[in-house]
Amino acid sequence: MATFGTLSDRLSETFKQLRTKGKLSAADVDGTVREIRRALLDADVALDVVKAFTATVRERALGDEVNKALNPAQQVVQIVNEELVGILGGQQRRLQFAKNPPTVIMLAGLQGAGKTTLAGKLAKHLVKEGHTPLLVASDLQRPNAVNQLQVVGSQAGVPVFAPEPGNGVGDPVKVAKAGVEQARRALHDVVIIDTAGRLGVDAELMKQAANIRKATDPDEVLFVIDAMIGQDAVATAKAFQEGVDFTGVVLSKLDGDSKGGAALSVASVTGRPIIFASTGEGLDDFEPFHPDRMASRILDLGDILTLIEQAQQAFDEEEALKVAEKLAKEQFTLEDFLQQMQQLRGAGSIKKMLGMLPGAGGMKQQLENFDEREIVRTEAIIQSMTPAERQNPKLLNGSRRLRIARGSGMTVTDVNSLVQRFEQAAKMMKTVARGGMPQIPGMGPIPGAGFGGGGASARKAKGKKKSGGSRSGNPAKRAAENAAIAQGGPVPGGAAPTGAGFGLGGGAAKGGQAGPSEEELAALQKLLGR
Amino acid sequence: MAERASWSLGSALRGIFGARTIDEDTWDDLEAALITADFGPAVTEEIVAQIRSQVERFKTTDPRDVQRMLREVVEERLAKYDPTLKLTERPAVVLVVGVNGVGKTTTIGKFARFLRTFDRSVVVGAADTFRAAAVDQLATWAERAGVGIVRPEREGQDPASVAFQTVERAKRDGTEIVIIDTAGRLHTKGGLMDELGKIKRVVEKQAPISEVLLVLDATTGQNGLAQAEAFLEHGGVTGLVLTKLDGSAKGGFVLAVQEKTGLPIKLIGQGEGIGDLTGFTPHVFAQKLVG
Repeated sequence: MATFGTLSDRLSETFKQLRTKGKLSAADVDGTVREIRRALLDADVALDVVKAFTATVRERALGDEVNKALNPAQQVVQIVNEELVGILGGQQRRLQFAKNPPTVIMLAGLQGAGKTTLAGKLAKHLVKEGHTPLLVASDLQRPNAVNQLQVVGSQAGVPVFAPEPGNGVGDPVKVAKAGVEQARRALHDVVIIDTAGRLGVDAELMKQAANIRKATDPDEVLFVIDAMIGQDAVATAKAFQEGVDFTGVVLSKLDGDSKGGAALSVASVTGRPIIFASTGEGLDDFEPFHPDRMASRILDLGDILTLIEQAQQAFDEEEALKVAEKLAKEQFTLEDFLQQMQQLRGAGSIKKMLGMLPGAGGMKQQLENFDEREIVRTEAIIQSMTPAERQNPKLLNGSRRLRIARGSGMTVTDVNSLVQRFEQAAKMMKTVARGGMPQIPGMGPIPGAGFGGGGASARKAKGKKKSGGSRSGNPAKRAAENAAIAQGGPVPGGAAPTGAGFGLGGGAAKGGQAGPSEEELAALQKLLGR
Repeated sequence: MAERASWSLGSALRGIFGARTIDEDTWDDLEAALITADFGPAVTEEIVAQIRSQVERFKTTDPRDVQRMLREVVEERLAKYDPTLKLTERPAVVLVVGVNGVGKTTTIGKFARFLRTFDRSVVVGAADTFRAAAVDQLATWAERAGVGIVRPEREGQDPASVAFQTVERAKRDGTEIVIIDTAGRLHTKGGLMDELGKIKRVVEKQAPISEVLLVLDATTGQNGLAQAEAFLEHGGVTGLVLTKLDGSAKGGFVLAVQEKTGLPIKLIGQGEGIGDLTGFTPHVFAQKLVG
């Protein structure tokens, strides 16, 4: 719903206020939870389900789990996602086939949920898997439903058993039973019974569905539900569970733009797994259900989550620890420098990654100016060095520098400036690692959130550097940043248009092992000589 | 049949109105009831705030006042728009549109019958040439309603041409009202929405279109709003039909739809029988909804 904006946007707003805080207070959590509640309701998740869900999230968010983490805001998002996937996909499974064919599959649902179309899709899907399904026309209620099934059947290349003309004539229970018999005779290994649409409150028709179930003893009863359904999903699902006790759920019309909160409601209220998703009018628009995709669809958190994941993978803690250790021993070399840079690149395109950060809009220009190829060039220069040179940059005399410049396709000036910057950075890091505050003339306060977000971790790192156990893992970069600023040049462009994007960029990234924050990037850029 | 009136919010609200006084629980319960009826979080907040301020202003503590206020608020909001069908043109062309499975064809059958009871001559056009057996389904309804039908000449014929032929025939025969069935289409499918625009343009070459009715399923949730906006943009919708009110869904989202799009609800469908379609009256609707 365009009118309310996505949850990502709204959560960004909430997180922005959190950027100076290291821990989440109960009030912070409540704010976040309120947004999540609103978003779930907008996504048509049933109220009771929303209440239970947000209560769980709140509890977990306030637990130790979060307070120990470096970036609680991210953690909350992760909790939400885990819970969502847990409910949606806890019991994902495939169709169960009978030991003695035919396997009987019965379809049930409200009018217009898409049962008849689904019957065709399911049949075609089964044919592809090497089964020989038979469609049974037990919807004798809706005008010409029998015809429709016949057309769908012929499109799918599957025979249809339709002894009754429909339009209110004939007994659907008898038809269903006869259909199973027919399948047994003609050696079909799967029978799909299409039934009439019925309302949950219609006791008479519900009884009929129950009778069909009793008569045919199906292996699977699939409840077909429209992804666009609202709060009524719960009442309907409960009615059908009581009425026919379905074994699995099919979500139809997922190709629309509804958030599909019904999936969460139904899965959570009935505990029945969602097996398939139907995503279009063509007979091939049919796929197994993916809980993770549904979770991000409902809450629209895909981007934040991808980012967290990528950053976590790329910047593993161990590496960060090693760097911290080296720093303490004053052994930071060009090799480490290169490695750090490669880790950054491993996180995927930096531009893309920054773009994914909610609230990154404010730093768009910044992003445009940032040339990723700078990293590649720096890499090239370092990789053109011998291991000995990387360990000890003091070796680099004129002729070596010329060789390196040639090898990397750069000029000697480029090599010189890189070495110079590295040395300054290394010096700065040593100071920081020793626990001293680097004396930097004219530095003043580090612009923006330098101290709010990252700065805090730098200070922390400084405090207990010898332990090396600090998760900040950032002192290297931190020092590098200081170095960059110390160079006296104009404060990196990043500092100027900070504002909104800044806090957030830092907020999401300050998690120690997360991606580069804006100021770090700016520093990096500086370091690279631009 | 099982309780027909389960559509009402009555049972959800009984706890509130039956209570002795108005307290925090009243508001929580009211909010819960409205959200459960698909009013959506935004509208719910507005309504609750509105009633809350009224309660403060009048310093009442009687929950029955809340009931009355709720009824009035809902009615007032619903009554902002004119639910009258405009069918004065001859022939009056009515285009029926909506997403898949909301009950377009059924609505047309019932609507044709509804018009027949006022002694109007009606012809229906089966321009849903996409879905399997949709034409036959409409033919069955046409027969039940006792009205004429124009079928496509061959399978998969361009729906716009069927619509064109229907209007042409109506003009030739002097039929008063033309109702055209269209294929269900999700509002997110650009190509299909364009097709709708084409049907409109082609029909307008013959006669002006009096009404474009968007059929909305009462079980739909907040997505109904997105549907209405898209159909308004591409199909020039002039009114809403709310169907499947015989179930347990309350269709509260129509309030938001009306207010966001300015489209009035014109008809409501409450069953599969041919007589189960009525005009929309805000007062009756609010009365039934709130109880």
